Formats: sequence, structure tokens, C-alpha cells
Amino acid sequence: MSIDQALPDHALNARLGNVANRAESDRRADRTFRYLVTGAGLFVLLALTGAAVSMLWGGRLAFSTFGIDFLTTTDWDAVGKKFGALVPIYGTLVTALIAMIIAVPVSFGIALFLTEVAPPWLRTPVASAIELLAGIPSIIYGMWGLFVFVPVMSTTVIPFLTEYLGPLPIFGPLFQGPPLGIGMLTAGIVLAIMVIPFISSVMREVFLTVPTRLKESAYALGSTTWEVSWNVVLPYTRSAVIGGVFLGLGRALGETMAVTFVLGNAHHLTASLLMPGNSIAATIANEFSEADSDIYLSSLIALGFLLFIVTFIVLAIAKLMLMRLNRNEGNK
Amino acid sequence: MFKTFTTRLALASLIAAGATSAQAADITGAGATFVYPVMSKWSADYSTATGNKINYQSIGSGGGIAQIKAGTVDFGSSDKPLESKELSEAGLGQFPSVIGGVVPVINIKGIEPGKIQFTGPLLAEIFLGKITKWNDPQIVAVNAGVALPDALITVVHRSDGSGTTFNWVNYLSKVSPEWKTKIGEGTSVQWPVGVGGKGNEGVAAYVKQIPGSIGYVELAYALQNKMTHAAVQNAAGKFVQPSRESFQAAAASADWKNSKDFFLIITNAPGEGSWPIAATNFILMYKQPKDAARSKNTLAFFKWALENGKAQAEALDFVPLPDELVKQIEAYWAAEIKA
Repeated sequence: MSIDQALPDHALNARLGNVANRAESDRRADRTFRYLVTGAGLFVLLALTGAAVSMLWGGRLAFSTFGIDFLTTTDWDAVGKKFGALVPIYGTLVTALIAMIIAVPVSFGIALFLTEVAPPWLRTPVASAIELLAGIPSIIYGMWGLFVFVPVMSTTVIPFLTEYLGPLPIFGPLFQGPPLGIGMLTAGIVLAIMVIPFISSVMREVFLTVPTRLKESAYALGSTTWEVSWNVVLPYTRSAVIGGVFLGLGRALGETMAVTFVLGNAHHLTASLLMPGNSIAATIANEFSEADSDIYLSSLIALGFLLFIVTFIVLAIAKLMLMRLNRNEGNK
Repeated sequence: MFKTFTTRLALASLIAAGATSAQAADITGAGATFVYPVMSKWSADYSTATGNKINYQSIGSGGGIAQIKAGTVDFGSSDKPLESKELSEAGLGQFPSVIGGVVPVINIKGIEPGKIQFTGPLLAEIFLGKITKWNDPQIVAVNAGVALPDALITVVHRSDGSGTTFNWVNYLSKVSPEWKTKIGEGTSVQWPVGVGGKGNEGVAAYVKQIPGSIGYVELAYALQNKMTHAAVQNAAGKFVQPSRESFQAAAASADWKNSKDFFLIITNAPGEGSWPIAATNFILMYKQPKDAARSKNTLAFFKWALENGKAQAEALDFVPLPDELVKQIEAYWAAEIKA
């Protein structure tokens, strides 16, 4: 016997009315909720397009004056009013690439250590220490890079690299040059240290979501820890891991202050990673305040737009790679 | 009715009170980072002396010029003087505030500060990348008895746009025709060689860390960081050490009398004791200000600073303007700025 049947008629009617009201108010709440979240989504989109359009507008003078040459020339001459973005674009991509080559394996190692290998009492302190690293302002990394790391590079690391890697064919030219200590390699390494906390935190979080029974089944079949990590944990979390990597890459591409300190800020295109270069963000940070002609200012804003585009292209490539990976998975 | 009237009255008097107190108290300025230390010292002391506050934002010379043209500040400040034509188009007046200077600094083991010397053309050749070794015969020729190593020269320049750079390359353009045609002058130029450090501190740090490097910083920076500075040959052919005295000599020997709106860049100044790369900071103000009272307050501050602020400037290794120049500036205020 249900409760409703036990109720007197008038009470039952009141209840039915309540249910009807309830349904109506639920609908309203649902609608409001939908509007709110749509608004939040649109807001991001609007901010994004707004930023892109206003940078394109600010850089229109540079784009219309130099045309495609803006992307392909290396001049950066405020006196002669000739600007080309090739050096900063190259520097941005190269430093970010070096950073990722170092940061991704190290972060993977940190995350695996913390989830699979480390004794439980060690996991929380190390994890919090890494998250603390993410909170250090970039200017501190820049100062540390300049005053502590650069001398180490110029007295120890770079002489070693030029002596042993410099004479090699193909790769050799990457490691030739005077031991300045500042340059694209140094900037890349400092960037790597900066993005490791981001990537490793994401990796650790997602590795923790792998169901224990999957891992235990693999162990039961006789897998080593490495085999479990590579064949079970990583495939299970792949898309989230790649997301974390690209979060780090986004930060590496746009990082300004730390790079400015150790990159050398020279508008010269060189193959050597040991020579100073320039990046988009560093150029803007260095030169914006004293940009004294319209075309100069416009070129800097145009650089900002290019950073936007470069980041967008890199992320798009990442998405494509991920989709292809998933498709191959389906074909197996 | 009465109620609204009193509210309005109260509001109006509040607004008026707010406006007058703002007028009396706050003067705002923006511009060159180079003068920031001396500006903040002056404004602190001026505020103790008179109760009036100066709010100076060191956003760079380019920013200072843009802000005063937009009318958002009472005065702008620039390390690069504006030409009379640009000034009159914007309705601005211009006068110097303080003298500083740029000093070449080097890092060679065993060479003491002031013990190495350059001629202007030699500095230009080095910064053009044409002289690449420290034991180059041209450097050895002017440095008899100095042990110069067989080492590569690394040029360090500013990576940010800067008045320091402007005065440095202005000097190089005056002494080297090749520099003038190939590179030219400006707050940032296309450097043929070298690495760029951000700010004086960035250049100083790079020079300290790279053996065999040469850079340029403001005098205060070189002295306070005990860097190895160099002597430079001036227009009269004498090798001069950078010091407050040689900067003052350059300021005094410069031909301010015949300059229009004080448009004068005092690099390569005549006179036996003049430092060749001295630099002046300039203040920009409206000749016909919208708010005369604020301009009056601003001028009162600069009058106080130029007359009573000399000790503070010297303590910070800046060089105060010579008395004669201060008189000329005050005459310029009376004639040109309607405050």
C-alpha cells in the first residue's frame, strides 16, 4: 500500500498541485541554468575573438605595410622602420620545443614515481612540493636563470657540448659558438623547469584515476612496473596526458619574463642553440614601452597576433594527432 | 524640494572640495625610467617640505611622450628631446631636468676600472662587429702598457628601448659615419652583433658574467656595481674618465644659449674636461595648460628641485644642472608656459 492511498483526498490534491508546480519551477531552473552556462561558454569565445580581432586591428598597419614579408624576413630595425617576425617566431618555437623535449619525459617520470613507485608516506610531500614550484612567479625563474644557472651553463655545460657535440655532422652546428651562457638552449631548459610542475601535476592526477583492478590484473599476469605503466596506465589516460602536455606547451610558448632574462634578446637568426635569439613574448615585453613610431607599435601588436596564431596552430595539430590516435585505436 | 536642494548643495560642495584638494596635492608625471630614482627622492623631500605630492610613473620615455600628448598627466619626461616642430604641433614646452651619462663597461680579467681607454670610432667599430678581438692592433694602439688578451669581444646592448641606448648610439653616429648610415640612432636600433640585456641591470649582469664582454650602462650603475668602466676620448682629443665632474663639464660647455626649446643632445660636447657621452633628461609640459593651477604647482616643484634638489641628485650619482642653465630654464618658464 503506497503512502498516497493512505492520504485523504484534499491532501492528495494539494500534493498533485505541488508536483505540477514543482515541474514548472524545475523547468524554469533548468532554463536559467542553461542560459547561465551558455553565457559562460560564450563569454570565453567572445573574449577570445575579441582579443584576436583587436590584435589583428592593432597590427593592421604592420600587416598592410610589410605583407607576407613580415613573416619571412629577419629585419627588426626601429630606425629604418623595417620589421620582420621570423627571428622571434623561430625563437619561440625552438625554445618551446627544447622545453618540451626535456619536460615531458621528466614529468612522466615524476608522475609515475609518485603514483606507482614511491612509498605512500613520500607521495603527498613530493606532490605538494611540485605544486609549489608551479606557484613561483616567472620573474624569480628569470633571476635564478641569469644569476645562478647561466654561469653553470657558460663554465661547464656549454664547453662540454661544443667539445663533444660541436664536431658532429648534422647536429654539430646546433652546438657551436662562444660560451656565453645565455641563449636558446638555456632559455629552453629554464622553460622546462617552469612547465614540469604543470605537466607532472596533471599526469599524476590522471594516473590516479586508473582503476586498481586493471593494474592488478596486469601485475597478476606477470607484468613489470614499466610494462604496467606503458601498456596499461598510459593508454588508459592518454588523452588527458596529452592535454596536460599541451597545457605546458601553451605556457612555454607564451612565457615572457623568465625567457627575457636568459635568451639574450638578439634579433639574429642562427642555427646554434647556444647563441642568443629572441622570442615573440620577450620582444613585446622588451620593446613595447619605448616603441616610438606607429609602425613599430603596430609591428609589436602584430607579433602578439602571431603568437596567438602560432599557439592556435600548435594546439590544432595536437588535436588532430589525438583524433588520429583514437581512430587507430578503433581500427585495432 | 528643500531636501533635494540641500543634497545637491552638499554634493556640489563635496565635489568642489575634492577638486581643490586634488589640485593642491597631487601632481602626476610619467616617462623615462632613467630619472626615476632622483624623481622619487625629490618628490619625497618636496612632499615633506611643502605637503604637495608628486606621483611619477616610470613607464619609459615613449610612454611619457604619449601620456603628455594625451593630456593624462601634468608633465611627461623623455631622455630624447623633441624637436621644436613636434613640440609646437602638440603645444608643448620642453626643458632639461637633470644630467646623467652613459659609460662603457668591460669584463677582462686583470684590468682595473678606468685603466682601459677607447676613442669614439673604436667603440663604433667594436659595436659594428668589425673589431672582434681584444688584442686587435687598433685597441692596443690607444692602450699602451695594458695587457690585452687574445679573446673574443662580446658586445652587450640593451634589449629594451631606452634613453640610455639613444644617447649611446647618438654618440656613435656623431663619431662614426659608417654607424650613422648603417645603423642610425634611436631608442632601439638594429644591432649588428651582440646580446641584449633588459635594463641597466640586465646589461650589467651580462657584462659581469661573460668574460671578454663590453657593454654600456648609466654612470650610477657602473659606480654602484663597481664595474670596470673605460675612459673615452672626447671631442677636444683628451681621454676623460667618467665622473660627476666630467659630466658637469659636458653640461656646462654645451651650447644651451642658442638651443631652441632646449633641443640639444650633449653627446660629443666640446671642452677639454667634458665626458663625451653625457645625457640630459627632458620634461615636457603644455604651454597653454587646460588647468593652469596644476601647471603652476608642477613648475613650483621643478623650481624647488632645480634650486634645492642638487644634493639629492648628486647623492644618487646624477649631475644637477649648472646654475646658469637653471636661470635660463626659469626665464623660459616665464616666457613660454602660461601657468
